[in-house]
Amino acid sequence: MEKPRILKNGIAVTGLVIILFYIIMIIVSVFWLPFDSSAMDVKHVLESPSFKTGHLFGTDEFGRDVLSRIMKGSSVSLIISISATAFGALIGILMGIWAGFLGGRWDNFIMRIADIMFSFPSLLLAIFIMAVLGENTYNVIIAVGIVYIPQFARISRGAIISLKSNEFVRAARSNGAGDSYILFRHLLPNSMPPIIVQISLSLSVAILLESSLSFLGLGIQPPEPSWGNMLSGARKVMMIAPWTAIYPGLAIVTLVLGFNLLGDGLRDVLDPRLRNVR
Amino acid sequence: MGNPDILLDVKDLKVHFPIEKGILLKKNAGWIRAVDGVSFSVRKGESLGLVGESGCGKSTTAMAVAQLEAATAGKVFFEGRDLSLLSSEELRRARMNFQIVFQDPYSSLNPRMRAGDLIAEPLRIYAGKKIISISENDIQKKTASLMDRCGLSPSFADRYPHEFSGGQRQRIGIARALSLGPKLILADEPVSALDVSIQSQILNLLKDLQQELDLTFLFIAHDLAVVEYFCSRIAVMYLGQIVETADSQTLYQQPMHPYTRALLSAVPLPDPKSARTRKRIILKGDVPSPSAVRSGCPFMERCPDVMERCRVEAPVLSDLNEKHQVACFLYDSPSKQI
Repeated sequence: MEKPRILKNGIAVTGLVIILFYIIMIIVSVFWLPFDSSAMDVKHVLESPSFKTGHLFGTDEFGRDVLSRIMKGSSVSLIISISATAFGALIGILMGIWAGFLGGRWDNFIMRIADIMFSFPSLLLAIFIMAVLGENTYNVIIAVGIVYIPQFARISRGAIISLKSNEFVRAARSNGAGDSYILFRHLLPNSMPPIIVQISLSLSVAILLESSLSFLGLGIQPPEPSWGNMLSGARKVMMIAPWTAIYPGLAIVTLVLGFNLLGDGLRDVLDPRLRNVR
Repeated sequence: MGNPDILLDVKDLKVHFPIEKGILLKKNAGWIRAVDGVSFSVRKGESLGLVGESGCGKSTTAMAVAQLEAATAGKVFFEGRDLSLLSSEELRRARMNFQIVFQDPYSSLNPRMRAGDLIAEPLRIYAGKKIISISENDIQKKTASLMDRCGLSPSFADRYPHEFSGGQRQRIGIARALSLGPKLILADEPVSALDVSIQSQILNLLKDLQQELDLTFLFIAHDLAVVEYFCSRIAVMYLGQIVETADSQTLYQQPMHPYTRALLSAVPLPDPKSARTRKRIILKGDVPSPSAVRSGCPFMERCPDVMERCRVEAPVLSDLNEKHQVACFLYDSPSKQI
């Protein structure tokens, strides 16, 4: 048992390695970038990737180095995805366990609010919130977080309600346990697997949502690079300089994949019933 | 309440569940009378069996006795104290004296806790609330001895519930129920989820524990053979009411209530010869819905000996002799049998 169980799970380790790779990239990007990420170079516009010029991933329509911009943009993407998920998960889970545990009127009230939020398509809701709040990084976090609230509320409520009817809850009560003990010792740990899977999915969807917002011009504003607004800029020159779209796209895909793999692995690791399988 | 021999006294207990209709504005569309006026008492050291078919309110009775289900009316006295009048703190202290063994060994154990932690949980809760003082070291020791006593190797303490068989899980449940040193065990169909071969092991374990620890049992079951083996006294429930109580011997030899007779005639006999010669009473119809508003005897629709009086008046549980009570007008003659 010296080795943490998560390291025995190949899927989780693969996900972790990918995420670790991006985290290292962020740390490096703070101190060193191959080129200045927003320095334009009219002589080297839309140059294809090559070792000779030093532009490993080529340059975009303003002659900016694509690799440097991806590195700079990775911190934006990762920070937004983690903080938006944390924001949405915290509020959503609190709402959900409150609704599920208390039931009755509270349940009805909270879940109807969640239903109203659910009735908007998530991108539309995020666009709406961005339009109201204005375009800056913090507002992207809030917008994506708000989109997540009803999802987490519904998942945690469902988990709490299905667990509440278990006899072990009654057993705990007959053993003198109070409400908060039952909630935090018995109900929450058992409701973690679906919530963790949701968190990992949300982390990856947040990257996509942030990219979509930036692509539409509502998220991170140029010249500050983000993977979404890089794609947005690449749209016009994609046919003659495909590297401007391929590399940011690849970055999005791999990071999303990393989070999904980690989530899958974590679910298996955290469920004692699956521990000795495989 | 003067009788110190009586550990648990239940008086006219009723548990009614509302039937709600409507989505936004909930309307009460009636009541399900799960338990409808049940009275019984359990003496120290005895085991009272509560039998009846599914849905007759046996488990709800046990849950209401354990204060896990709110009683609509009626009182539960434990050692002479009315449990409904206790504050939550007092109730928590009182709970140490009555513990439950649950029916389903799969859902009664938290799948994320190890066997040792499950058994130690009540001790840890009470120690955490400073109601009992016991060191963590002593908790470990006590857990190991409880596991040993209930037929589990203490080396299993680190295992999770899914690594045990149904019978072993039920042993964990029993060890947990014993950890606080209760006087009364409410056994809610403790063996009905188990294989027949395991049933007898668990029943023998409970019997041994009863003698060793001087336990009192309220034993709920629908299997009459199990109850006959385990219980000294039996109460038969039908549609939320007790229709007959007697010593187990008396009940099996001289069932009085028509429902008890039908129930006993349905017990499978191991000997095919005597099974063939036995007269089976086959009841017509189904158990009426517990939500229906009704008057008269709860058993009147299905009773082979139904009389005019049964349709208007409900019989009450009355003494046939001091060891045998029955709620039926058939025996309601001025000259009581002795």
